[in-house]
Formats: sequence, structure tokens, C-alpha cells
Amino acid sequence: MPGISKPADDEMLSRTGETGALWMKGADMVVEALRREQVEVIFGYPGGAVLPLYDALYQCGIRHVLTRHEQGAIHAAEGYARVTGKPGVVIATSGPGATNLVTGLADAMMDSIPLVAITGQVAKTVIGTDAFQETSIIGISTPITKHNYQIRHASEIPKVFKEAFHIANSGRKGPVLIDIPKDVSGEEAWFTYDDPPQLPGYQPTVVPHHMQIRKLMHGLQHAKRPVILAGAGVLHARATDKLLAFVEKYQLPVVQTLLGLGGFPASHPLCLGMGGMHGSAAANKALYETDFLINLGARFDDRLTGKLEHFAPNAMVAHIDIDPAEIGKNVPTDIPVVGDVGEALEMMLGIDVPPPDAAAWREELLRVKRELPFWWVQDGPAIKPQRLIAEIARITKGDVIVTTDVGQHQMWAAQFFPLNQPDRWVTSGGLGTMGFGLPAAIGAHFGHPDKQVVAILGDAGFQMTLQELAVIGEHQLPIKVVIVNNSALGMVRQWQELFHGERYSESLLPWQPDFVKLGEAYRIPSMRVERDDELTSALEAFLGQPGPGLLECVVDPNENVYPMVAPGTGIHQMVGVKP
Amino acid sequence: MTPVLSVLVHNKPGVLNRITALFMRKGFNIQSLTVCITENPEISRMTIVMSDMDEAALEQVIKQLHKQIDVLKVTDLTDQAMVARELALIRVNSPIAERAVIHSLIEPFRANIVDVGRETVTVQVTGDAEKIDALIALLRPYGIRELARTGLTALPREAAAGADAKRAGEAQVLHI
Ligand SMILES: Cc1ncc(C[n+]2csc(CCOP(=O)(O)OP(=O)(O)O)c2C)c(N)n1
Ligand SMILES: [Mg+2]
Repeated sequence: MPGISKPADDEMLSRTGETGALWMKGADMVVEALRREQVEVIFGYPGGAVLPLYDALYQCGIRHVLTRHEQGAIHAAEGYARVTGKPGVVIATSGPGATNLVTGLADAMMDSIPLVAITGQVAKTVIGTDAFQETSIIGISTPITKHNYQIRHASEIPKVFKEAFHIANSGRKGPVLIDIPKDVSGEEAWFTYDDPPQLPGYQPTVVPHHMQIRKLMHGLQHAKRPVILAGAGVLHARATDKLLAFVEKYQLPVVQTLLGLGGFPASHPLCLGMGGMHGSAAANKALYETDFLINLGARFDDRLTGKLEHFAPNAMVAHIDIDPAEIGKNVPTDIPVVGDVGEALEMMLGIDVPPPDAAAWREELLRVKRELPFWWVQDGPAIKPQRLIAEIARITKGDVIVTTDVGQHQMWAAQFFPLNQPDRWVTSGGLGTMGFGLPAAIGAHFGHPDKQVVAILGDAGFQMTLQELAVIGEHQLPIKVVIVNNSALGMVRQWQELFHGERYSESLLPWQPDFVKLGEAYRIPSMRVERDDELTSALEAFLGQPGPGLLECVVDPNENVYPMVAPGTGIHQMVGVKP
Repeated sequence: MTPVLSVLVHNKPGVLNRITALFMRKGFNIQSLTVCITENPEISRMTIVMSDMDEAALEQVIKQLHKQIDVLKVTDLTDQAMVARELALIRVNSPIAERAVIHSLIEPFRANIVDVGRETVTVQVTGDAEKIDALIALLRPYGIRELARTGLTALPREAAAGADAKRAGEAQVLHI
């Protein structure tokens, strides 16, 4: 291969002088590439195959956060990416280190989170021999990454890193994995980082076709029952202001997806909140009855649409998405618009059409929003998990980053924590990964170190990655861990109650560790609250203290998430819309 | 509809795996797949014959292929004028005394005998899938010992080249 043998000293100097190219070792190239990409923090865990890489990272100036499990590292990288819009970076060793990343890669793939995951690999000379800690992470990760690379020579490092960061954070974002055999780290080659990535097979359409935008605006003008569905694409495109301007210009009601929360202010009168399986009555009515649906960067996930034949059955559908493969995938689309949501909104704002005659529709939806809000009934001394969330939001004035795990508490957080700003909501949507919330909170903290982070977790999911309390304790991070303890795999218990004749097969957790002692073992100030009449004062004390904290909230174990669209039914067939 | 796609990809290790992994993940079924190098050694052509599927499913296949970073171009040949060929090797029972029969059978197919033994001959035939099916059916009564088919490889006809994205109204795979 050209460029491998070390050039003579004078040749080296002159090339460096002329082109800025540097003659470097592979491991140093990796660090240099991360520097050029302005990476401020890496989450990772060392091991044999990445020893040279960790040697190069030692005292290199880029912060490295040692989690206690690679899954924790990758969820932390996701949390970081979620709140900053920048790619999260994670490093793991070969074999078990790499396989421990799998859940996080799949999670990031589903939710379009930009990540660059670096794995060590056994030396090239022994690849394929079942060497110690060898695993084909390229084979394993191909279906759950946007792209992946195995580096065959150090000279490829600059190009691969440049491409990886570009691919991860453009178009429909996602995780990119780079597998680096151990011996590559020691090879030497030229490093230049100035060439733009050359990717003829990857040219995402950012600016939509103006004809499609015209069609959309034309359709809007004649609509009687228009509605906007705002998905995560609004947040990825950093287009919340444009969305607000567009909504106000045409006075359109807005429904949000789980991942789109925060893309439009919850406090806005036209915000109907989340739609779908546990969405609001107003949001689902809007999705069912609309005659003109503008989907901004949502992927019509089945948890949103319910049974497809009942989803927006009478609507003309306009779908704006940066990923053409999403358009028409689940819902037949009349006006496909491929492009960035922000660019599209800008073009839509640039065309003036008469606003649709939709006052009656708006009134009707706002009446439903008023009359059928999310609800709970305070019927005893036990803490209601819904009120717990509402109180956290009230006491913090919503001015925190919220991360959640997966289950009932996640849905209650989506329902009862009004999100008025972008980049404050970190949850695992598409994959629904239990164990996500705690490490994601750590990553979110490193994205916005000055913000308080509240991790709202289930008692079961918390126990899947609780070892990351060590990171919070070690660095005394200002993260407030709230364990919503219903002594159950609550969401599973709910489905068994409703659909399996109350046969609670393996979903009850009557035996629990002492969560307070557990928190204290990690040197995190920890407390428990069990009665509703103590909730407010406990929360005020807990949230008011500086630094980390853990609060175990023992809640009513029988509470279910409502309203609900039962699986296999349409979004107009909600149950539990009121007490 | 049995879609035929011609896909230009980077000729790099792992690319075939990416494509087959994609098909597996999305539940798309492949009837045949051939991969070969093109006039440009850095680019390979995959000719993929899909199992029956409707328009919407095919659209999803094409879009998903486009999403692959190593996919440079996807041409849907299904409804296009194309030259599509397959090669088959058929080892058929043929005692020396009856060999003339085989010769006369295969002659209209412009097939050749490429290997002879005492008991069998091996016939090589190229053409579209139907032609090969027909020859196999003709030879079957004599006893086919072994059979190898390459799967389809295809190019758009010159007149149709460049019309890659658009789909003509009707199926017009040309048979020769
Ligand atoms: C890794 C993983 N395993 C299993 C599930 C299935 N699942 C979804 S919610 C849930 C229960 C979660 O219980 P908990 O964390 O206590 O939250 P709760 O629903 O009680 O609020 C389970 C098991 C999942 N989403 N993720
Ligand atoms: Mg629980």
C-alpha cells in the first residue's frame, strides 16, 4: 500500500510544510480526528484491543467519562447527542465491549440519534482465527447502524472519521461504527483532515422541491380540518422557531409524537400534546378527523397511528421527511416532500396563501382539550405517579432536562411534564430500551453541565443499568434520580391486567433492594417518600439541594396509564379518556 | 410482478453482506442474485430478481437500497427493455447409444455440450429464465443428474438506458 513506509525526515518536513499533512501513528490520528471534529467528551470503557487508543487518549485534553458498562457509555452518548444535536462518541474494546454496545446502537438507529461508536478489534493478522475477544462487530452491527467501517490501514483513519461524523450527523441522523484492529493503532501514515468527504452514494436531499411545497400550501388553503403532526424531525432540524411561526401564521392545531415533545411549546394554546396509544383525547381526535395532515418529520410509527385503516382516514396527507424511505411506508401520502423540516418550513413561510377556514375545527379541538385533559384521581394516601410528575414539573418550573426510562412512568412523564423548549426531553422511543434513562441522564449532563437533569425511572428499568450511579457519585453530578417505585414491571402488569385476565406472569416485584441504601452506597444523598401528603415537601427538599440526589417514590402500584388505544384498534377507539 | 433490479455498488468487502442484511431485516425475498464487476473495477453490479411483490413494497425496496451508503445507483429493470440472461449447466443421463436425441433436443436452444462422459453429457445453455426452464423440462425425462444455474444478470437495452428511475407502463422484458 502506498504511503506506508516512513518517509525520510526532510521529505516529511517539506510535505508537512506544504500541505499541513502530519505523519502520525494510527492511535494519535484517532485522537486528532476527534479533536478536529470538536469532540468535547467521550464515553467509554477500555480493554485489550483499545489499549493503544487509550494510551493516546491519556491526558490528551478531550474529556473521557468512564462508565461502568459499555451499554451505559453508549446510552450516555445518546443522551449527550439528544440535548446538543452533536454526535455522541463512545469507545469500547473488541468482543464483549463491542457486543455491549449493541442495544445502544439499535436504540440510536431507531431514534435517529447521531453517534460515532469506536470499537477495538483484534489485530488484522489474526482476524478470522477466533482470536481472544474477537467478534465480528461489523456483521453484528450492520443492520443496526446507519453505516460502519473496519479500518484496514492507519492511512484510512482521517477519511473514515471524516465520513463517519458526516454520515452520523447529516440527512437522517444515526449511529456509525468504526472498528479498528489493534495493530492499525500502531501503524504510521499521513494525516490530513481538510478534504471534504467523497460519498457519491450518499447525497441526502436537504432542500425540498418547491413544487411539492406549493402543492402543500395549496392543499392547506382549502383544508377545513388541518392539523400538524410534529415529530422528532423538527428537533433534529432545530426548527422549533419556524414551526411556531408557521403555526401562528395559519393558526393550526399541533399534535406531537413522543419524540417530538419540546419541538412545540406545550403551553401554547394550539398544542394538543402527544397523540397515539397514550396520547390526549384532543390529539387523537385531531388525527382521526383531520382532512389535511401535515407530518413534519415523524415516521408514522405504529404506537402513534394505531390500526392504520383508522388513521386519518379522510385526510389528504402531506409528509415532510429527510428520509424518502419513510414517506409512504406506513401511511399513503398525497404530497410527499423530501427534505429537511426546517428548510421546508422556511419555504412554506415564504408562500402566502389565505389561511384555511378552520375556526370551527379549532374551537372543537380546543374544547376537547379543555374538557378531556390527562387525568388522575387522588383516592387515598398513596402517591399517584401522575401527580409526582406534575409536581416535579411545577417545582422545577419545567426548567430542567428530563430523561426517562421505559414503561408507565415514561408515558406519565410524557403526559404530565409540559415541555416548552427543545433539547430538554431524552427518552427511548422506537426501541423502548429499559435501562436507558440513567446513563442518558449522565450524557445529557455533559451536554449541558449547567442544567439540572432529572432522571425519571421505573423501579425495574433502573435496575438494568444502576451501576452508572457510580459515575454520578464519583463526579457528584447534579443529576436527580427519581425512582417511580410501583413494585412492578408496571407497563407489563398493565397489559396483563387488561388483556391477559389479570394473570400477572413475572411482572410483579414484591422484593426490592433498599433503594435508599443503594444510593447511599454510591455516596448519593438518597431518600424515600411514600405518602401523598409528604410528596410536595419531599420533592422541594430533594430538588432544591445542590449536587446529586436519589429519591425513591413509592407510588400506588395499581395505577394504569390512560387514555389508551388498545393494540389492534383505531385511534378513535380510546378507553379511559376520563375518570 | 417479479421485479428485476440492477444495482451499482462500491466493490468493497462487506457490501454484499449489507445488501443481504437489508433484505433480511426488511423481510424482502430474493429469487436470484448475481454480483459481478463492471467496466470500472471499483464498482460492482448486482442483478437482483425479487419474489413477487406489489408496487408499494418494491418502492420500499428501492428506497431502502438507495439509503445504503455503498449503493451508487438503482435501476428498476422490471418494466424496461432489457437484455436479461442466465446460464445453466445441466448434467443429463445420456447413454452413448441415445446421444443423438439429446443433440437434437438442445439444438433449437443454441445450447452446447461442454462435457461428455460415458453415462452423461453436460449441457450449457444461456438465455432468459423461461428458455432455461423449458430446456430443463425437456431434458427432465432423461434424468437430470445435476443442475447449476447462475441466476439472472441484466442490462437495460441501449434505447432504454438512462430512463432508470421512470417505469414504463407495461412489462416488456424482451425474450430472444
Ligand atoms: C430491555 C427491555 N426489556 C423488556 C422490556 C419490556 N418492558 C416494557 S415496559 C416494562 C416494565 C418496566 O417496568 P419499570 O421500569 O418498573 O417501569 P414502569 O412501567 O413500572 O413504570 C418492560 C419489562 C423493555 N422495554 N426493555
Ligand atoms: Mg415499575
